[in-house]
Amino acid sequence: MKIMLVDDSKTMRSIQKSVLGQLGYSEIEEACDGQDALSKVGAFQPDLLLVDWNMPNMDGITFVKNYRQSNKTTPIIMVTTESEKSRVIEAIKAGVNNYVVKPFTPDALSQRITETLSKKAA
Amino acid sequence: MDPQYITPFIKSIQNVFATMLRMPVTINAPTIKKDKSATYDVSGIIGMSGDVVGSVVLSFSKDTAQKLVNAFCGMDLPSDSPDFADAVGELVNMISGSAKGMFVDKNVSISCPSVVIGPGHHINTRSDTPCICIPCSTEQGELSIEIAIREAVAAEGTGSSQRAA
Repeated sequence: MKIMLVDDSKTMRSIQKSVLGQLGYSEIEEACDGQDALSKVGAFQPDLLLVDWNMPNMDGITFVKNYRQSNKTTPIIMVTTESEKSRVIEAIKAGVNNYVVKPFTPDALSQRITETLSKKAA
Repeated sequence: MDPQYITPFIKSIQNVFATMLRMPVTINAPTIKKDKSATYDVSGIIGMSGDVVGSVVLSFSKDTAQKLVNAFCGMDLPSDSPDFADAVGELVNMISGSAKGMFVDKNVSISCPSVVIGPGHHINTRSDTPCICIPCSTEQGELSIEIAIREAVAAEGTGSSQRAA
């Protein structure tokens, strides 16, 4: 299972990597913004993406819209401080499958990841 | 400043510290901050735009910041490493982002965070916006969250932008 982490904060990527490690996932690629992620998804071909919203160069929503033009099925979880209902709706319309609001406990993130992957498998 | 903009920051900092750092924060009496000098040596700064404009600063001593960052990251990060600044930025990002989610019927965006490290720096906020300083206490030391925000008005002119010196 290959997972891409897209967040401008290395700290946040480390925290997410730690949670993924506890779930048994170790094949992880990191990107520091949407543009970096777009340059890497083709070669890496992730099975799941965790994407932040507010990032320099290209934000998460723009990345998701771009990515969804060529990939409609790979699940995407948005991990962001944006908690307003309008933002969640905007993210889902862009093609996000699930949503985690920061701050989050490792258990909460872990649960969302498991839930998202189970839905994909079903 | 309208208390509807202060309470979200209080709730947010308590939630972020409880969830990500697993420590409580005691909120002390807010004051109006009149001078431009940073309260402590480390400042995480976020700008706000949209229906609410201004800036938010999370300020702590280098020693306290070090301990909080270590708790946040689960490892020791020296204060001169880029990862230290990144962690401080992410803390102010979560506190500000979470707070703005509690503003009622306001469409607000937050900037990417900036972090300034060093004694004696000044942070200039908009001259037309009072800065409310909320001192906080944790088991790892003192910090403050400084909020200089207000509702945007129509045909906003270019006010003084924030500068760190």
